[in-house]
Amino acid sequence: MTATATTPAAVTPRRPRRKPLGANPLGILFSAPYLVFVIAIFAFPLAFSVYMAFHDYFFTAPGFEADRPFVGFDNFRNVLTDPLVWRSFGNVGIFLLINVPLTVVLSLVLATALNRIVHARAFYRVAFYVPYVTASVAVVAVWLFLFNGDGLVNTLLGPLAPDPSWLVNSGLAMPTIALFVTWKGLGFYILLYLAALQAVPKELYESAQMDGAGKVRSFFSVTVPSVRPATLLVVLLSTITGANLFTEPYLLTSGGGPDGASVSPALLIYQRGIQQGTPDTAAAIGVLLVILVLVVAWLQRRFVGGEGR
Amino acid sequence: MRRRTAAVGIAVLGLGALTACGGGGSTGGPIDSRGPIDIWYSNNEQELAWGQQLVEAWNAEHPDEQITAQEIPAGRSSEEVLGAAIAAGTAPCLVFNTAPAAVGQFAKQGGLLDLAQFEGGAAYIEERSGDLAAQYATADGQYFQLPWKSNPVQIFYNRELFAEAGIDPDDPPLATYDEFLETARTIVDSGAAPYAIWPAPTSEFFQIQFDFLPLYAAETGGTPLLDGEDSTFASEEGLAVAEFWHTLYEDGLAGNEKYTGDAFADGQAAMSIVGPWAIAVYEDVDWGVAPVPTSHGMSADEIWTFSDAKNVGLYRACDHPATAWEVLKFATSVEQDGKLLELTGQMPLRRDLAETYADYFAANPDYVAFGEQAARVVEVPTSPNTVAMLQALRDAWSGSVIFGGPDADLRQALEDAAAKFDDLARQP
Repeated sequence: MTATATTPAAVTPRRPRRKPLGANPLGILFSAPYLVFVIAIFAFPLAFSVYMAFHDYFFTAPGFEADRPFVGFDNFRNVLTDPLVWRSFGNVGIFLLINVPLTVVLSLVLATALNRIVHARAFYRVAFYVPYVTASVAVVAVWLFLFNGDGLVNTLLGPLAPDPSWLVNSGLAMPTIALFVTWKGLGFYILLYLAALQAVPKELYESAQMDGAGKVRSFFSVTVPSVRPATLLVVLLSTITGANLFTEPYLLTSGGGPDGASVSPALLIYQRGIQQGTPDTAAAIGVLLVILVLVVAWLQRRFVGGEGR
Repeated sequence: MRRRTAAVGIAVLGLGALTACGGGGSTGGPIDSRGPIDIWYSNNEQELAWGQQLVEAWNAEHPDEQITAQEIPAGRSSEEVLGAAIAAGTAPCLVFNTAPAAVGQFAKQGGLLDLAQFEGGAAYIEERSGDLAAQYATADGQYFQLPWKSNPVQIFYNRELFAEAGIDPDDPPLATYDEFLETARTIVDSGAAPYAIWPAPTSEFFQIQFDFLPLYAAETGGTPLLDGEDSTFASEEGLAVAEFWHTLYEDGLAGNEKYTGDAFADGQAAMSIVGPWAIAVYEDVDWGVAPVPTSHGMSADEIWTFSDAKNVGLYRACDHPATAWEVLKFATSVEQDGKLLELTGQMPLRRDLAETYADYFAANPDYVAFGEQAARVVEVPTSPNTVAMLQALRDAWSGSVIFGGPDADLRQALEDAAAKFDDLARQP
């Protein structure tokens, strides 16, 4: 047997010529609108807010020369030595501790119930969705009437009504807001869970039934694990939107009252950046908020579940 | 790798394009430029009527320097709209609704022109407004606002509810803190109204102008919140005012919840602390008016209060500042001020108001008290940090006076607020 030697060059296939715009240049065209959107709406403002946070920055009229020197961590130092900033992060922590678990539990339970009912299904789905699509300003007015000192809730509670009343009670203002936000956003999260529930194979429930599982057991052993990706999504979304809480403390408790008990970082960003003309300190709060949300989201993804789990 | 480079390149190009877009908007014209101008005014019915007649009167005489007018665009507040317009270079030449609290900030942003740089500018303002003009000038004599009109804050009371509570509506005892508190208790105890008075107990910075500030001005005989770079309110007078309001809240005589509406107009409170702009709102109420109380009582002609003024700013984005300055003088002439008084019931910030418009006050006796009070009004500081200062004071007020409970340390709260105030006053 004779071995035939060949040179490596003869067997190596010819490398395809690289195209400067990749294998599918048309793809860039299709993705460009979204890329521009992401750059314009997210990346640029985020990068610019980081820039502002490290400078003595304020907005000026076009053509007006103003000195905006680099100040290092001064803005962060100012923010971190401000008790109100710490309080706002504490408040939003309380909010998230109430809002996120409540959102997950209620939306999953209600979605499961809605998935099973046969009659008036569309009506119930719409009913839960209506608060979500209604303007906050209108809904807040209703809640003010409900939770005022002489509102419907206190009338029903009678002697059990809290004093001071809900929205002017330092201990109850933030939980009341958390309750409001949970109620208002529930419809959206129910829809997410409803979509996830459609994908749960019926065979799993039948198998569980064959194994003697009741409805409650099926819920915990089949439904909950099956919708885990949706749960992660609900947890992440409710955390992110909750951390950016603004409208409710602005309108429901009129600027974070009483005595700062419902002030949120986003409300402080608005006060400092827009009302008080110090967007640099506002940006520093914003950067801290972004970091905090990223850490919390990472922890949630780590512990609640994610891809491949 | 190369694809990633391409993506990063596109991103950088995008950022560059966006950054290039950031420099838009008008940088304004030279100070002696003349031509058409645009103005914004408030959107309430009365001021709209005044603004429209102003534009008609000016345009009829100045075909080459026409005014285009519109209401201030809708937003959370006029100040936020104006702040955004300044940054974008889209502010008009004149805004007939510029809040003094925001003027320092607008000036720092380079959004306003110093009116003193127009020939005779400072002299015109000082001649028109007299001694009151000094409150609107910066420490180095710049006028970034023309003091236009005030709404001297006083106590409105519901005559019917007072009569129902057995209080003489023609001479209600409201001059001293003790009298006021006794009257308030009588109203609430009688059930005539759920609360004696219900100023907004909310946390917005400007609310401090409608509870603490009027009474502090009265108690101190017109001392402003800031003297140079030092706050003045952590004093015995400031404490007396705080204790008075604290008693009202603690005794349930003032509401500490947000009211969705006007508590006075709806009969939920028997008194209101507000300026004459509200008369149009209270047309269904049989009201009377009294000066704000002081601890030991003063005669009405000695009492000072908060101005609740709205002024006129001439904005840097204006292409024809010389015309804008002429329009400003025309709009604040004796004739136009008279029309403002007639159409809006608000007080032009003009000295000798009662004498200049004696006929108006004779025909409208409801406004006499406000006309007389307009000579003794206190303004907020002109600092770039005024809003932050007022917010610091408001936060302290909310935490102690309104929601601090019976053991609130009012003195400490005022001292803490004063420390923040002083710190902010020293910042550029």
